[in-house]
Order: sequence, then C-alpha cells, then structure tokens
Amino acid sequence: MRHLTYLAVLAGCLAVAVWLEPVLRVGVLRRWRRLLLTLVPVVLVFGAWDLAGIAAHQWSYDPGQTVGVVLPGRLPLEELLFFVVVPVCAVLGYEAVRKVLRR
Amino acid sequence: MSYTVAAGLAVLGALALDLLVLRTRLVAGRVFWTTYAIVLASQLVANGVLTGRQVVRYDPHAILGLRLAYAPVEDLGFGYALVLVTLSVWVWLGRRGVDGPTTPPAR
Repeated sequence: MRHLTYLAVLAGCLAVAVWLEPVLRVGVLRRWRRLLLTLVPVVLVFGAWDLAGIAAHQWSYDPGQTVGVVLPGRLPLEELLFFVVVPVCAVLGYEAVRKVLRR
Repeated sequence: MSYTVAAGLAVLGALALDLLVLRTRLVAGRVFWTTYAIVLASQLVANGVLTGRQVVRYDPHAILGLRLAYAPVEDLGFGYALVLVTLSVWVWLGRRGVDGPTTPPAR
C-alpha cells in the first residue's frame, strides 16, 4: 500500500474540493474547455520547473511511495497529476469563494 | 539557481502576470486572498504529508533549510505562484469569453 502514498494525497485534495461543483454549483468542471485552456500553460511551465529541479538534483521522489510510472525526465506520474489536481482544486475554491462572498 | 532563488522569481513572475501582463489584478481583491488562505491551509496538510513521509526529498544545498510543517519554506513560493498563475489565467480566459455567450440566444 505504501506505493499509493502520493496518489492518496492527490485523491484527498480532489475529495476536499470536488463536492463544490454539485453542491455550490460553481460550474467549473462544466466549463471544461476554459479549464483545459487554463491547465495547458500551468502544466507546461510548472512541469518544466519540476523537470529542471529533478535534473539539477534539487529534489527527488521516493520510488517506494509512488505507483512506479515514471515519465521522461524521471518525473513520476503523480507529479504530473499534481499539476492538474492542484489547479482544478484552486479554481473550484476560487469560484466557490466568489459565489459565497457575492451572497 | 537554487530552489530558494527560483521560488522567489516565480512569485515575482506570477505577480507580474496578474498585474501587468493579463491585468487580472486578483491580488488587489479579497476573493483571491480568501481562496489563497484556504488553499494554503490545505497545502500545509497535503505537502506536510508528502515531505514529512519523505515522498519528496530535497537537496539540503538547494534550500535555506527553514521548514514549515516539514516542508521547505520555498514550497510556499512555489504554491503561491502555482495558484496565482492558475487563477489569473482562468479569470483572463473568462473575460475573453472562452465560455461562450453567458445568456442563451433568444429564439
């Protein structure tokens, strides 16, 4: 089970935020095209930073706590998912806050 | 370039994007800061697990060594830049009308 640690953290982040879509009707996932266009530059820029950090040996990931799918540049799959999950959670939170403060 | 310097530059870059490039000016409003406070609390927990359990390990020479909830303080800059860039692009795309017309066309 140890190799699921990182994946479990990502699942936890999603679980904390995704209920905002149906309950507060923030309409973030519904506006998938805009969400996708937001994710593209974020994944590219921060993914490139991550790869540069790995290449410069500034950080590394424990193979024992990741599922073992490693992308080019020694980037674990979870790290790529991180750059999708965190922005999606941030946008869900932003739209939820906007909705609540407007009430 | 150390992670410390990179994180500082990322914060400045994200601020420039928000204030000068896309001109979304999110950092001037309370919606962004309320959101960021929630994200920051979540980050301290999630990143605390990742760094505390050593899923991610850092080269001591690349960071200051100052840690908050197990994570190097540099991660705060990384997270702040990630969230600000994401929300700035999201809002900018919204203003450009990527969602299409907000009201359905009359028949």
